[in-house]
Amino acid sequence: MAKVKPRVKLQKKADKGEVITIKTLISHPMESGQRKDKSGNVIPRKIINSFKCEFNGKPVFSCDMDPAISANPYLEFMAKVEESGTFAFTWVDDDGSVYTTEEKITVE
Amino acid sequence: MRKAIVFGAAALAIVGAGAASFAEPVNDELVIDGETKIITRAKAPEGSPFEEVTSGWLYRTKETRALEADSFENPGMLYVERGEEIWNMAAGAAGKSCAECHGDASESMKGVGAHYPKWNAEAGKPFNLELQINACREANMKAEPYKFDAPDQKALVTYIKNQSLGTPVAIDLDAGEMRAWWEKGKEAYYTRMGQLNLSCASCHEQNNGKYIRADHLSQGNTNGFPTYRLKQANMVSLHNRFRGCIRDTRAAQPKAFSDVLMALEVYVAWRGTGLSVETPAVRQ
Repeated sequence: MAKVKPRVKLQKKADKGEVITIKTLISHPMESGQRKDKSGNVIPRKIINSFKCEFNGKPVFSCDMDPAISANPYLEFMAKVEESGTFAFTWVDDDGSVYTTEEKITVE
Repeated sequence: MRKAIVFGAAALAIVGAGAASFAEPVNDELVIDGETKIITRAKAPEGSPFEEVTSGWLYRTKETRALEADSFENPGMLYVERGEEIWNMAAGAAGKSCAECHGDASESMKGVGAHYPKWNAEAGKPFNLELQINACREANMKAEPYKFDAPDQKALVTYIKNQSLGTPVAIDLDAGEMRAWWEKGKEAYYTRMGQLNLSCASCHEQNNGKYIRADHLSQGNTNGFPTYRLKQANMVSLHNRFRGCIRDTRAAQPKAFSDVLMALEVYVAWRGTGLSVETPAVRQ
């Protein structure tokens, strides 16, 4: 897919202290750097090398990614929410690009 | 022990002694995003060798089935999004996009994909979505037709067919010479070919439900195409799959959209009458 586009799915509302599931996906080729093109030249590595999720500025989940991860990496994790706020998601590309998105949640 | 039995049964079938035992597809219901109910079992059309037609979804593992039930997790949805971009993108000398004539695809294309392949009187042959798009590009957009399996072709077909998600497959065999093409397709379906001397029926009719090595053979219905195959990590078009199957019999592969494969598409689509369109389905 030509265009890199982050996307996130989580519930809009939760009870205080509820453990919610957060699903994230980013469309990205995750070119490993170990393939060659038709004329034998190495296709340069271009992957999402790290991901982090923060809630109201506090870290929730983060990870580094390596070349064996396939295209369009999908990450699913859980978080316990105690208060309303905003989840901020950040993906970092090898070429220095940073892709971000946010999602709000209301805790009742 | 179980392995030995399955292997024995498959070997018997190949020498023509017929099916001994069936490992039934699972009993499960497919509801996408908890909203769209998908018909995965339907009463077979009259003349079908089956009593019930079943979607390939029922033959996949629990994990693969779950991927299709959530459109967020379904990797094929990325291609649907790409298809939407193409739909709205002007191309060719006429400077038109699909949307310019057809408007909002969620209205104009709703249910359309479920009725393809369709008789095209002008061309005097059945058209699938790929051929229809190419005809439209040439005649109306003055654009180059897509080459077979160009990424944009797959994405656009996936997008258009996804507008029929849940609609049961129904092919109009009364239009034009569709019956004759159906007959031709049927003949192709039952013709053994290749060094392995297999016909489509050898696997998908006589042995569906059994394992061919690690693969749980389905009835080979087309309602999920283009399909996201985990093996390729990409969308796979129907004619790519036809050619792949034919290659696996070690026969010479006919060209995509050739008369024989178009006839086969008409016939195989008809065999899956009544199943919901699942595009983009997720398979092994």
